[in-house]
Amino acid sequence: MLRYTAKRLLLVIPTLTAVAMLVFFLVRVVPGDPVEVKLMGEFGDVTPEQVLKERTRLGLEDPLPIQFMNFMVGLPQGDLGISLVTERSVMEEIGGRIWISIELAFFATILSVIIAFPLGTLAALYRGTWFDYLIRMITIGGLAVPSFWFGMLLIMLLLAVVGKLPSLDTAGLFEDPLENLYTLLWPAISVGYRYSAVIARMLRSSILEVLAEDYIRTARAKGLYERVVIVKHGMRNALLPTVTVVGLEFAFLIGGLVVTEQVFNINGIGKMFVEAVQFNDLTMLQGLVLLVATSFVLINLAVDILYATLDPRIRYQT
Amino acid sequence: MNKDKSSNPEVLLDVEDLEVEFSTGAGIVRAVDKTSFKVHKGEFLSIVGESGCGKSVTALSIMRLLPKKTATVKAKKILFDGLDLSTLPEAEMRTLRGRHMSMIFQEPMTSLNPVLTIGDQLTEPLITHLNMSQKEADIRAIELLSMVGIPDPERRITQYPHQFSGGMRQRAMIAIGLACEPKLIIADEPTTALDVTIQAQILELLKDISERLGIAVILITHNLGVVAAYADKVNVMYAARIIERGTSSNIFATPSHPYTVGLMRSVPRLDKPRVGRLATIEGMPPNLLAPPVGCRFRERCPIAEPRSEETPPTIAASNPAHTVSCWKSDEVNANAATLYGAETATETEKAAHGDKVLLKVEGLKQYFKISLREGLKSHEVDIRAVDDMSFNVREGETVGLVGESGCGKTSAGRAILHLNTPTGGQIEFDGNLLNGGNIAAVRRDMQVIFQDPFSSLNPRMKVGQILEEPLKVHKLREGKEARLDRVAELLTQVGLYPYFADRYPHELSGGQRQRVGIARALALEPRMIICDEPVSALDVSVQAQIINLLEDLQNDLGLAYVFIAHDLAVVRHISHRVIVMYLGKVMEVGEGDSLYENPQHPYTRALLDAAPVPDPEIEQNRQRTILEGDIPSPLNPPAGCVFSTRCPIATNECSNLIPPLDEFAPGHTVACIQIEAN
Amino acid sequence: MSVSAQSADSSLSEDGNNVDQLKAEQTSKRSALDFVKQQPLGTMGLLIIVILFLAAVFAPHVAPVDPETVDFMSSPAMGGGAPSAAHLLGADAFGRDILSRLIYGSRTALSIGFFSAFIGCSIGAIIGIISAFAGGRVDILVQRGIDLMLSFPIIILAILVIAIVPKNVIFGIDINVIIAISIPFIPKVARVIRSAALSIVTLAYIDAARAAGYSGKRVVFRHILPNVTAPYLILITAYIGQAILLEASLSFLGLGVVEPTPSWGLMLSGVNSDYYITAPWMIIFPGLAVTLAVFAFNLLGDSLRDWLDPKLKL
Repeated sequence: MLRYTAKRLLLVIPTLTAVAMLVFFLVRVVPGDPVEVKLMGEFGDVTPEQVLKERTRLGLEDPLPIQFMNFMVGLPQGDLGISLVTERSVMEEIGGRIWISIELAFFATILSVIIAFPLGTLAALYRGTWFDYLIRMITIGGLAVPSFWFGMLLIMLLLAVVGKLPSLDTAGLFEDPLENLYTLLWPAISVGYRYSAVIARMLRSSILEVLAEDYIRTARAKGLYERVVIVKHGMRNALLPTVTVVGLEFAFLIGGLVVTEQVFNINGIGKMFVEAVQFNDLTMLQGLVLLVATSFVLINLAVDILYATLDPRIRYQT
Repeated sequence: MNKDKSSNPEVLLDVEDLEVEFSTGAGIVRAVDKTSFKVHKGEFLSIVGESGCGKSVTALSIMRLLPKKTATVKAKKILFDGLDLSTLPEAEMRTLRGRHMSMIFQEPMTSLNPVLTIGDQLTEPLITHLNMSQKEADIRAIELLSMVGIPDPERRITQYPHQFSGGMRQRAMIAIGLACEPKLIIADEPTTALDVTIQAQILELLKDISERLGIAVILITHNLGVVAAYADKVNVMYAARIIERGTSSNIFATPSHPYTVGLMRSVPRLDKPRVGRLATIEGMPPNLLAPPVGCRFRERCPIAEPRSEETPPTIAASNPAHTVSCWKSDEVNANAATLYGAETATETEKAAHGDKVLLKVEGLKQYFKISLREGLKSHEVDIRAVDDMSFNVREGETVGLVGESGCGKTSAGRAILHLNTPTGGQIEFDGNLLNGGNIAAVRRDMQVIFQDPFSSLNPRMKVGQILEEPLKVHKLREGKEARLDRVAELLTQVGLYPYFADRYPHELSGGQRQRVGIARALALEPRMIICDEPVSALDVSVQAQIINLLEDLQNDLGLAYVFIAHDLAVVRHISHRVIVMYLGKVMEVGEGDSLYENPQHPYTRALLDAAPVPDPEIEQNRQRTILEGDIPSPLNPPAGCVFSTRCPIATNECSNLIPPLDEFAPGHTVACIQIEAN
Repeated sequence: MSVSAQSADSSLSEDGNNVDQLKAEQTSKRSALDFVKQQPLGTMGLLIIVILFLAAVFAPHVAPVDPETVDFMSSPAMGGGAPSAAHLLGADAFGRDILSRLIYGSRTALSIGFFSAFIGCSIGAIIGIISAFAGGRVDILVQRGIDLMLSFPIIILAILVIAIVPKNVIFGIDINVIIAISIPFIPKVARVIRSAALSIVTLAYIDAARAAGYSGKRVVFRHILPNVTAPYLILITAYIGQAILLEASLSFLGLGVVEPTPSWGLMLSGVNSDYYITAPWMIIFPGLAVTLAVFAFNLLGDSLRDWLDPKLKL
């Protein structure tokens, strides 16, 4: 087990390095000159010399390899460069706004899993009944409904029923948990609907597949209680592919934050991402994408390790 | 040894008029049609038949393991030790399962839960039914594993199924079945997926347990040899009905149903002289969606009469305990030998072959590299699938390659065809040395037939297209019409109607698909065909058809065959010369029947011992040496003679040197230093 | 042909239907008519798609008014705009007819949806097949590349590409949006097709083809490709739905198509929070359109999978 974990951890490093390189070069292919745009915004007309001077100051005129080296060296130290727009450290900017997104992502994940697991399981066990069809309709909806529209509908609902939207100056989680959770509940549902739909579908089909396996027949032939057959023999195996999907779809969740924060006007990194694109803030964009990719890689690593603890075939490879 | 079970008349299981129907998308299928039989305490009953005959469904319905939504089970009664299973509430049925009656399934790979330890799965029935504590159950579990012959049981119960070999998994399944000391064990083809020598181990174990502990066994199989060796009583099933029933000696001595006779005659026998052609049962089993009225065998029966449109009654045959369902059972009895054509009483030599050497294989080596993990490092090891093999094939000759899994027979075939590039050695075809460069030129001369009829044909191409393609690629016929004519010719040659050209593979049966595969090989007008287990995946009655076809083609076209198989009897029947392989090396080579009449190598003897013949007299009195242990992993072959770890006559010397293939007698070579010493 | 009835519950498709049964049905009836009979949900999806397609093609004839006609009198700011005889689904902030905009919007949705899915899936499929057939170093390299690209959420990758690729509108279709949407699909499709191709390459009929001396080209085109079309078709259908969703999200963020191109997502962007109460129809109907379209493609995709290749894992 330790061996497996160590091996996977080692593999992460080249992956992240490759991601960093990719992001670095992608971002530099962006057309248009953000510096020029920014200066023009501030001063009106600018001369090429002024632009050049500003670019040199920001380090954008250094030869690419130098820029790359600075970039790569700064990474492990947590230095993601300077925002081209605010001229503050990217890390600082992100640090200020990341926590709300993290909280939202966690909240959405917990909600989704809590809802998806019982629904998916029951849909499988009561296959063919009206309940099953209902769940399947709902989950298909989760894959078709645009999450931002769903969020807008939720807002409409809130306005109609409660009369006002939750406070935008979201209280911190530890200062006022109830208020905080109430505010985040709606974007969490909005971004989590799809996530829970995917999990529920996967769980349902996984359980159905597992229940058709030979070892389930063996378990029944042993005269075990049906409950034991389904839970101990069935669910343990059905969990395996489901866990993988939870990890994979988390990427969708992070992507969903981008639109959801827009709809609910939440000042997280999703909104930051859109702003960075709109203002061509290269370094910010770079930092954000890197962050997202890294967190995704790490989450997949965690999922893989979790999978290995659940599946002895991975743990004890002959 | 079979005791006379009639001295123990207590009936354990009494099934009367069992009927099982499945509702499928295409209609209602009656998988079991009014069958009745009894099983006595401690008795060994075998239900034998081909696929689709209803034998497994019968077993599953007794255990009530069929899915409730699609299966309807009806019976006048299913009495098990006094309880009527057909009306028993599910909760009570559950207390019987695993406790008083247990079941072992065919696929050891998938019948055990991969995420639970063997110990866990073993203790479950003990805790559930016998109320043992975990500690008590663990102790008993270790006991059980020893009982079934698994070494080092304390360590084994903490392991997972994937860490066990196939044979060991099946033993574990038997241990689970034994756990609560049941009165009945049902074994559904428990050894079909295992190697021959392992099969013997498992069946001997089963028989031993049955006799020692007085447990009744229902063994479901399609292998008549197994039936003869182990069963006290036999039910022969065909198309959802039991068509003959009786003691094993009765059935084999006086078979009274044409189907039973046909089964016995169409199987190549190790205990009888070689016959010229196998008897075959023409046609295929009926479609159970719309079974024929009356006797279900009449469309294939050589002596069918108009009377058979009425279902024949079940009457006594040679004695009251031997029943058969046939209008003409007397005639069957009297004429068993000639029912399917005259049986040649004298030894038939195989048709002679040419002298010219077509294929020359020298020192063939096929190694595969895989990476093994040790700690954080990994290093590469060679799997020696084929390790220094030499043989020749002459024009019109059939050379049989026989052995168990991992012996290298399939790899050798693939190496010859250059589907994998050989690692070493030389292959010469018709005098030309083969290498990557000129292989294309000989492709036409060397063709192949595969084992699995379902994956050997492209599902998206019609049969006609599959057969036309080689003609196009190699420009064997000019013009579409000429090609279509040839396709029709080929189809007829393999015994199919020309209109099959318009069908897709999934519309054909396994046997028909295999014929198409043969036709495809013939299309290129080859001089040699590598047959890689061409009949292993087919039913017994269809096997005979294909074997006869291959022999006819050989006689007509002068084809040479390399016939790869694990079934000794089939290989003996069809081959001029037989090569026995083990872990990549050649153990013994014998011309004609020399290998079978006078086997020298201990492995060959073990193989022959492990294969039961369909004759209870012989089987009862047979002394067989069952090989212990599993086949070693090819990742770690034993040093010196690869067989030394399991060999009953091995000495220390055997692990030190690789025995050379030496001539024992003309046409008979053996690779064993112990034989030489004799 | 005898029907083996022994393992009636042996293997199940995604829907929990018996695969053996499905295969039996597959083999016995394969015409289009039977698809309708056996896959009612898929047929429904197909119907919706056809209706959308027709609406898109005949938009000028089907739409009640010109989608660009501004009519401030009917706008919600003026207190109007609710669904009425003049505006069946209501009017937007500028008094433009929502129904007409939806109909014209279907053009964008379907064209961008189809082209992105087609390009993305085709390139992905080609990469997958080459990787599977080439094996060895090439395969490992491609796998790493796929893994790398899969470290990014789809929308983030798409937005990145939008940022990079200059805007380019040909025949009224936004090429940059199409490229942005198709790129994230490539690694996903490549992975599925690669594993499908790998499982085919080990089958006996490929060995038979090689043993018969067929050229590598023939083996790929005549034997491997046709057996990969089933997963390919299923994937394209599913990804058209995803593409429509992605286009709507991008346009919503202001990063996709821009005015005057009609787009359902665009109709939802920049909606003043007042309108949530005063003009809910502005929000409900465009979103409903997206949902319906994606829903239809998902239904069709699921049905195609049951029909063609029940064991396919997307």
